[in-house]
Amino acid sequence: MADPLLQIKGLVIEATSYPPGEPPKTVTLVHGVDLTLERGRVLGLIGESGAGKSTIGLSAMAYGRGGVRLTGGTIHLNGREIRLADARSLRRLRGREVTYVSQSAAASFNPAKQIMEQVIETCLSHGLCSKAEAEARARGLFRKLGLPNPDTIGNRYPHQVSGGQLQRCMTAMALCPKPDLVIFDEPTTALDVTTQIDVLAAIKEAIRDTGVAALYITHDLAVVAQVADEIMVLRHGRMVELGETGQIIHRPVQDYTKALVSVRGLDHAEKPPAPPVLQVQNVTARYRGTNFDVLKNVSIDLPAGQTLAVVGESGSGKSTLARAITGLLPPSQGRITFAGRELSADLAGRTKDDLREIQMIYQMADTAMNPRQTVGTIIGRPLEFYFGLKGAERDRRVQELLDQIEMGKGFADRYPAELSGGQKQRVCIARALAAKPKLIICDEVTSALDPLVADGILKLLLALQAQEHVAYLFITHDLATVKAISDKIAVMFKGAVVRYGQKSDVLTPPFDDYTDLLLSSVPEMELGWLEQVIAHRKMESAGN
Amino acid sequence: MHPILKLVVQRIALGLLLLLAVSAVIFLGVEALPGDTAQAILGQSATPQALENLREKLGLNEPPLTRYFTWLGGVLTGDLGKSLTNGVDIAQAIGQRLGNTLFLAGCAAVIAVPLAILLGLIAARYAGRWPDKLISAVTLTTISLPEFVAAYFVIFLLTQLFPVFQPVAMVFPGMSFWAKLHAIALPVIVLVLVVLAHMMRMTRAAILNVMQSAYIETAELKGLSPMTIIWKHAFPNAIAPVVSVVMLNLAYLVVGVVVVEVVFGYNALGQYLVDHVTKRDLPVVQAVGLIFAAVYIFLNMLADIIGILANPRLRHPK
Repeated sequence: MADPLLQIKGLVIEATSYPPGEPPKTVTLVHGVDLTLERGRVLGLIGESGAGKSTIGLSAMAYGRGGVRLTGGTIHLNGREIRLADARSLRRLRGREVTYVSQSAAASFNPAKQIMEQVIETCLSHGLCSKAEAEARARGLFRKLGLPNPDTIGNRYPHQVSGGQLQRCMTAMALCPKPDLVIFDEPTTALDVTTQIDVLAAIKEAIRDTGVAALYITHDLAVVAQVADEIMVLRHGRMVELGETGQIIHRPVQDYTKALVSVRGLDHAEKPPAPPVLQVQNVTARYRGTNFDVLKNVSIDLPAGQTLAVVGESGSGKSTLARAITGLLPPSQGRITFAGRELSADLAGRTKDDLREIQMIYQMADTAMNPRQTVGTIIGRPLEFYFGLKGAERDRRVQELLDQIEMGKGFADRYPAELSGGQKQRVCIARALAAKPKLIICDEVTSALDPLVADGILKLLLALQAQEHVAYLFITHDLATVKAISDKIAVMFKGAVVRYGQKSDVLTPPFDDYTDLLLSSVPEMELGWLEQVIAHRKMESAGN
Repeated sequence: MHPILKLVVQRIALGLLLLLAVSAVIFLGVEALPGDTAQAILGQSATPQALENLREKLGLNEPPLTRYFTWLGGVLTGDLGKSLTNGVDIAQAIGQRLGNTLFLAGCAAVIAVPLAILLGLIAARYAGRWPDKLISAVTLTTISLPEFVAAYFVIFLLTQLFPVFQPVAMVFPGMSFWAKLHAIALPVIVLVLVVLAHMMRMTRAAILNVMQSAYIETAELKGLSPMTIIWKHAFPNAIAPVVSVVMLNLAYLVVGVVVVEVVFGYNALGQYLVDHVTKRDLPVVQAVGLIFAAVYIFLNMLADIIGILANPRLRHPK
């Protein structure tokens, strides 16, 4: 039998880390991973952040990102060992035999050059074909990938097309030189769920039609189940499990894989309707210097001690609604009532109690904390500010809060940089809780976290709600999260609430068109789900 | 109106406004100088009557606002007034010297700008390695030398050790272009050495900054050679900061080279200005000051406009 396209054996990857105040040390990112990929096959690499997925993916191009070194093992591509190959021969294979599709096409296209020039660049620089031929190839790929105006879209600059379109352009760029292998590195992760499904379908079709082999890297098992023949589960730079896609998602062997598969199972029993703590009535708002409303006549009620999930795509006005409620963006019309009193539209007119009783938790726990303050100082600040607590009394309360977020002793003296992503988000929750609020606005608080960690955060939030009787306004784009936590749901689209009510009502058909699109676009962990949805949509649009 | 045209028109309008403000500042500055122009012309022994007559004749008794607008009106119609010391028409006197100044600055720029950018690209390509260190060391040495030291060094080298050029850069009307070039070779060399480092360092820094971008990784993964990546993918995105530093250096080449002019006896604007400052010839000082300010404002405005044009988001709106 001929050599496999890609064969990696005992791959060891290292990097140097520079901890503050300590001598630099070598950390091992990948500990002896083996991997074989035959021609025309698609292997999914899945795992949490830090599992080494991207690092392994890039090793197929013998590329180490930012000082990462491929220190051990062998990497054979098309039968040739490439780990130790010199720069010139690597340049010859990169872009010709292996190409790369990154997570953020917006950052990966050169803003100063037209799309076509960048798509065909590899063909020309490697002397694979003439310019006219390469352009014809590119236009064919644009068409195959379902881009609008395939004949002229190449003349545009990257900022002139949407994120989903640019992601397809990047796929076209990767396929244009007719490589043997394409590395897809989270190609749909940054997209909205309704956009993701189209891009995913386009990528899958392109892989099938061109017969190219692929490494498909993602943290979303449901996504990779749609495109991969085989799945390799990675954790902490080691392989956990490898198997056919059907086996991994239906009959996982390892505990870790089982946890990954069942992570979306969380469900929360809806609480009955109750009198509201927060009422938003006919709120319309726009940003200064713009001439369109980002919130259009929004009305919602949130009962005390319950959760209202606000769901929608980027740009739908979810976070703007939070800004209006907190007073950061005074609405041009409408009123906001909280705990029986009307809130002043702008921040300056609110009392200290108004401020205390509405707290926020953000998506990026990293940037929401001062890196030069200890956890104790961060959580202690609202205790001093709102309640005047000092010294031992304050420390005792800080420790109570740390216990509540299940972090225990020893964390009060640590700095945010010493915490994991999930721990950081817990500290932010404790800080919000310290103010004894009636309402916490959670803005995409689990979006930046790995599924298992996010799961833990959601469970914590629910437990805290039961203890403290605090209401959550939970902003998210992820419908699995919505199911896991909400009592009521508001679906937002282009600044307006298009569907609103108790969770059970909102998630029960008949749906409006937008909610239907949103719900049906969430990848399900099922073989053939993608084809079914696409076929269903084609049928519907043919019927119309 | 195309948004970019609007931005450019705005910049030009701002530039003109700034120039107007500068003209007022120059006028006020000269006005605030102690001493009396009439006294300066006629000397200590002048009779009060003679002083009064001269003041009347020069319009010095008019209120300052009237004199400012008279002067400004003259400037706008190309009349810069007459020199107090020798009665020569200032516009005429400046004309030829300005030509000389621009010729010298132009020649230095034509060599220095491409050379600095090329060296900057090479330094960025080999960042942290010996070519980078060598380029930085040499250019930083040349910028650290005072101009007159560099000038005498170059004179010694190229007129004494290897006598290829003359030590004095005499140019006069009617000289052929090549003869002029030969005459000013030494000051051009000195100026190039002086302005090179600044532009080179900025090019290097701007390129290295862009090299952190994700699209540079894309280019690397396409298998492009390092120099192609720098030239085709990094440089187009580093133009704006480079151009602003280039323009500052061009402005310096026009207005700041009086030392070099003196060393090489080159008859240009800087020397003319210094001569007339010592003679208290205020109309000349005002006129030359205004020209220098105009050069500064124009070049910086140009840098701004090139920066705008280099931005694809502004050039090709959605």
